[in-house]
Amino acid sequence: MKILRTKTAVIGLICGWLLLFGVVPILMLLTSSFLSQDAAGFYRLPFSLHSYRQLFLDPGYLEVMLRSLKLAALTTLICLSAGYPFAWFTARFSKRQRLVILILLMIPFWTNSLVRTYAIRMVLGTHGLLNKLLLATGLIDSPLRLLYTDTAVLLGLFYLMLPFMILPLYANLEKLDYRLVEAAHDLGAGPLQIFRRVIVPLSLPGIFAGCIMVFVPTMGLFYVASLLGGARQLLIGNLIQQQFLNARNWPLGSATSVMLILLMTVMLAGYALIMRRLTARGQRS
Amino acid sequence: MTGKRRLHQQISAHNPGKIAVSDSVLSIRGLSKAFGGLKVLTDISLEVSQGEFITLLGPSGCGKTTLLRLVAGFEKPDRGSVYLDGVDISSLPPEKRQVNTVFQSYALFPHMTVAANVAFGLELKGFRGRELNDRVNQALDQVRMRELADRYPGRLSGGQQQRVAIARAVVNTPRVLLLDEPLSALDARLRRDMQIELKRLQRELGIAFILVTHDQDEALSMSDRVVVMQDSRIAQIGTPREVYEDPANLYVARFIGDINLFPGTVIGRNGKNELQVQIFDRRVLARSDKALQPGQLVQLLLRPEDLRLTEDAAEKVPFFWGSIMERSYRGSTLDTTIHLDAGPVVRACEFFDEDDPDFDYRVGERVKVSWVQGWEVVLPDEDPTH
Repeated sequence: MKILRTKTAVIGLICGWLLLFGVVPILMLLTSSFLSQDAAGFYRLPFSLHSYRQLFLDPGYLEVMLRSLKLAALTTLICLSAGYPFAWFTARFSKRQRLVILILLMIPFWTNSLVRTYAIRMVLGTHGLLNKLLLATGLIDSPLRLLYTDTAVLLGLFYLMLPFMILPLYANLEKLDYRLVEAAHDLGAGPLQIFRRVIVPLSLPGIFAGCIMVFVPTMGLFYVASLLGGARQLLIGNLIQQQFLNARNWPLGSATSVMLILLMTVMLAGYALIMRRLTARGQRS
Repeated sequence: MTGKRRLHQQISAHNPGKIAVSDSVLSIRGLSKAFGGLKVLTDISLEVSQGEFITLLGPSGCGKTTLLRLVAGFEKPDRGSVYLDGVDISSLPPEKRQVNTVFQSYALFPHMTVAANVAFGLELKGFRGRELNDRVNQALDQVRMRELADRYPGRLSGGQQQRVAIARAVVNTPRVLLLDEPLSALDARLRRDMQIELKRLQRELGIAFILVTHDQDEALSMSDRVVVMQDSRIAQIGTPREVYEDPANLYVARFIGDINLFPGTVIGRNGKNELQVQIFDRRVLARSDKALQPGQLVQLLLRPEDLRLTEDAAEKVPFFWGSIMERSYRGSTLDTTIHLDAGPVVRACEFFDEDDPDFDYRVGERVKVSWVQGWEVVLPDEDPTH
């Protein structure tokens, strides 16, 4: 009886928390996205579809949307191609070495990512560490323009998101039964064929998990673009930030947020579907 | 039991255990391997003939699995070579060797159907379409798994996975098939069935099989020849009868089957094939052509089925007095444990015969323990603590 009451209390607490900080804000966001802009206040009646019309019909917004998708996809791809070999070799190391590598991978999380983005600025700036180093070694004569470029944004996103790719991949590859690799060797497969036909298919769950964990947050990382890419790098996250803080167009900011949430929901649902399919065929029994 | 004749009375003539090199498909010469200073294999040599069924028998850690992995190519030898059809394959990677392995864990690809698993090796060799299908189906028929071709391994029982693993290996028509304790995960009944099926498959395919096992029954019942391994070395190579009836040393004798040991001392030699041995308070004649010197400590080995229990001493055979400790009826045989007056406890195993007047022994009853003359084996005592 007492256990039951405690259980009810805990579940109630969790539900209350989710309701207060999850459901209610999203409902508020949804509602405000259908309201009209008010220059003085936040928003006013009447309800209208104006913000959504703006979002879909103004080619400028569509372009921001596409650019964000492209940048997130590119970041994911780079993180995957760097993270996969990293995770593979880490999983093959001895237990002790693996622990050291994983700890090194975790340490940056102790520092806020905004602070770390500022640190990247100090490295990439005109008078930054990298330029000073290149000038000192005589490789270049005048400082390179590194900051406020697409490359700088990509580099920043790559740096911040890489661990989120490596960890799910590592968790998957560490469990990979190496005897399957030996079996493939035994049946006549060379290294490339083994990678393509055995290792990649078996690590698909890790690959999907890593891509989702990089792609979804990247879409909203507005400060990386604004700190490293300057004003030109308008991404969906920046758009939301601008609408709320500068343009004071809360309905449009809300509508953009709703679109971003929808996009993420679709991707997560797709991920869940793929995982179910992989499990259903007995892959992970 | 009466038809049994000790093999070592026939051996010296034609010297079995040696196979002419000409028909050998796999030849292992002077192979040694150590892992971090620990010797796992020491100077291993073995010839395997076309279509031969060989078992590597030994306890865990004796090096038998490492030997298999060296033949498969998963490990490189420190010294020595492996020849396949006369060609040195020691430095070839596993995918270049015409040798396939059935792994202990089966190692089936979980993301492929049964048919795709079996097709894997053939596809890499360039088989496509109709011919690929025919060969895969034929292999699945051989292991009676055709109906489950579209299943994923995760949905198969252990025995079914075992069959698929065998089909996946033999479909590549290897020169030698390596099997690493393939039956150890199956329950006893299924294991018996699979032993028979493996034998049948091996006869049909005519491929040489090398099977690793720690189960002596399995080794004896399946093999043409048994390789008994002991601490990184080969202790004995021989037919199942040779290793059982004429073990090379006490280790082999103890590892294969039950054995009774009678410690003794060599007195002298009576002609070429007979020794006089002092066992407890008796002198007995024992058949042996081994080079044993007078005064040397030896063990007289007798299998439980070699012992005879009698009450009358009319027969002029050596015997030892003892009393019955335990008697258990096991259907086809009657097992008796006897405490000899001289000290040791021995086990006898006789065919059950209800007309036998000696059938009614009771616990505590005194009996004479003798044995079938000529079935004894004399080996030098390796262990001074005896």
